[in-house]
This record gives sequence, C-alpha cells and structure tokens, in this order.
Amino acid sequence: MEDSRRNFLKMAGIAALGAGASPVLNAFAAGGGPAATPKTMKGKDILWAKQWGLVIDTRKLTTAEDLKPLIDACHKTHNVPFIDPAIVGHNRHEIKWLWQTGYANAFPDLEARYTHEEVETRPFLVLCNHCENPPCVRACPTKATFKRPDGIVAMDFHRCIGCRFCMAACPFGARSFNYRDPRPFLAETNLAFPTRTKGVVEKCNFCVERLADGLLPACVEASNGALVFGDLEDPASEIREVLRTNYTIRRKVALGTGPAVYYIV
Amino acid sequence: MNDKGKIIAGVIIFIALVTFPFWYSMGKAAPKPEPVLTPQALEAKACVRDKVWINANHMQLLNEWRDAVVRDGERVYVNLEGKEFNMSLSNTCLDCHSNKAEFCDRCHNYAAVSPYCWDCHIDNPKETK
Repeated sequence: MEDSRRNFLKMAGIAALGAGASPVLNAFAAGGGPAATPKTMKGKDILWAKQWGLVIDTRKLTTAEDLKPLIDACHKTHNVPFIDPAIVGHNRHEIKWLWQTGYANAFPDLEARYTHEEVETRPFLVLCNHCENPPCVRACPTKATFKRPDGIVAMDFHRCIGCRFCMAACPFGARSFNYRDPRPFLAETNLAFPTRTKGVVEKCNFCVERLADGLLPACVEASNGALVFGDLEDPASEIREVLRTNYTIRRKVALGTGPAVYYIV
Repeated sequence: MNDKGKIIAGVIIFIALVTFPFWYSMGKAAPKPEPVLTPQALEAKACVRDKVWINANHMQLLNEWRDAVVRDGERVYVNLEGKEFNMSLSNTCLDCHSNKAEFCDRCHNYAAVSPYCWDCHIDNPKETK
C-alpha cells in the first residue's frame, strides 16, 4: 500500500507538470512564426545624404528684396515668430532661422580694410551652418541638439531645458531662445508644423520635415537657383559640381567647426 | 479620573473629520467621460491600434513616435495590420480627432492630467487650412 501511494503521487506530479508545460510549449511554438509587431521606418520619398550642405550664390542675391522671399518662405513654413522690436521695445527676443547680415559680420576674419565696394554693402543670407563638428552639440547637457546621420544638426524641443549653453557655444549666433510664448507673434500659422514654446532654443532645421517628403528646403525652393542644396559627401552631386567650378568661402573656418554652408561671393 | 465621555466624543469627532471627504462626496462621483468621435473617426472605424490598447497606451505610443521621428528620422509607422501611418500628432492623430475639446480634453480632465503637447503642437480644428 505504502509503495503504491508513493507511486500514485509521483505520477500525479509528473502529469501535473506535463499539463502545465504544454501551454508554455505551445506559446513558444507559436512564437516561432513571423510575429506581427508594429514597426517604424523611413518614408520611401525621403531625401538622404551623408552630409547635407548648401551653396549660396550671393551674386544672385544682392539686395534685401532678393533675400526677403527666401526668409519669408522659411519663417512661414516653420512658424517662426516676428517679435517686432517696435512693440516689445528691443530686439533681444528676436527668433532667427534665416536672416541677413553684412559682409563684415558674416566673415569677420576675412574683412579687409579696403575691399570690393559692392560686396561690402551686399546683404548676406546666414543660417545655421550644420557644422561637421558642431560645438552646440557638445555643449548641450541633455542631448536635445544632436547631429543626425545625414549631417543635419537637429533639435529635439521635447528635451530642451532652455539652458542656452548651445547659444553660447555657437560661433554663428544661429540659435535663438524663446523668452516668451511665440504664438501671439505669428502673423499666420502653418498648421502642419508645430510652433515652439516658451523656454526652448530653436534654429534652422534644414527642413528635415520637407526632406522626409522628398522636397528641397523651403529657402532653396524659393531661391530660383541661387541656393544649391545637396550631399557634400557625394562627388557626383550638383552641389559638388558647383563647388568645383566656383570659388567659395565659408564662415569662421579657422574655428574648426566645419560649416556646411558655402558662399559664392 | 473618568474621561470616558470626552474620549469617546473626541474619537467620534476625529473619525467624522477624517472621513469627511468620503461621505461629503458620496453619490457625487464624476460621470465617466465620454469622448466624442468625429464623423471622420467613425468612418475610419479603426485607430492606429485597437481601441483598448490605444486607451491604455497612447501616451507611450506618442513617445515612441516622437523618438522615431525626431531622433531617427523615421516617420512611417506600420501597424499590426500592416497599414502605414505618418507618425504625427498634429497631422495624423488630430486630423482624424479634430475635436480636442470633446475628445482629448474630456478624459484628460477626468483623469486630472494636463499634457503639454499643445504648447507646441497645433490642435484642431484645421478647417482654416
């Protein structure tokens, strides 16, 4: 009797184990097939590069009126506010993505005492240089600004804590801080693009959202060929052809940031 | 010393005060929020994922979308059925649910959460486009 009860319990235990194991084994067996999981991917129209760059032919953009449509196109696309100094009393809250400046300000290390008169008075289009070695990215404590694999120095506004280290690090003044809510200063709003909020830094994003849809940046599109956008790492690209056949300068090269915006003077 | 009366009275007052919020709001529970679906959302029938999952996990999904779009440059989401979506709060989610006040806000207010998505992302209606 002792022996048979012992055997009964053993067999019952093994049977229970088997019954418990079969659903687990079934689950493993089912998991072997192509499990449906959601995934993310790049769109098929996306324009991609190793290092996006821009050539600005300043010979074709000689007056402020020539630059205005480009600046307006950028600012309308990205909901960049115009904080009128006449209203707020100063221009310290200005938000800049694409703006104009003088030769001596754009190229302080190339300034000459006596220089070409027309170039000296020409307005220069300036923007974030999307540097090969961006100092703003090194300065950012939260990695809110980062260099994408296609060379664009991008901002993640969700992460920006508004410390403004990047603004101090950028030698081109390409970054602006939202000291106030930008929304009341938008004449019109592009509903397809977010605005920014008070307390974050912003700058030109080389139109990442347009590149994702296979479109060139808004300023390039509005420039009638005065701006050439392309992959600096691709020797066969149009931009490299333009750089091969024209003498170009870049801003503050001696700082070693490797600006990706070139100027034909 | 016999302070039995005082002690019992004190305990009763204490319990009454501590439980005040419970019996004060008894039977006054806030009604279950009922988000309104737009005709467009009703027509589409299905969301990006199934409704129960979205109810529970839309915030995690939006976080994943944000990281994929902003940091990896990936803007296309392929759901369990293999359908593709543009990962955009303003242009995809709120395009269908173009009634933030009756859709998003009802549950958010009920749950006393105030997400700051709309500080930057533009809410709807988008009819002015």
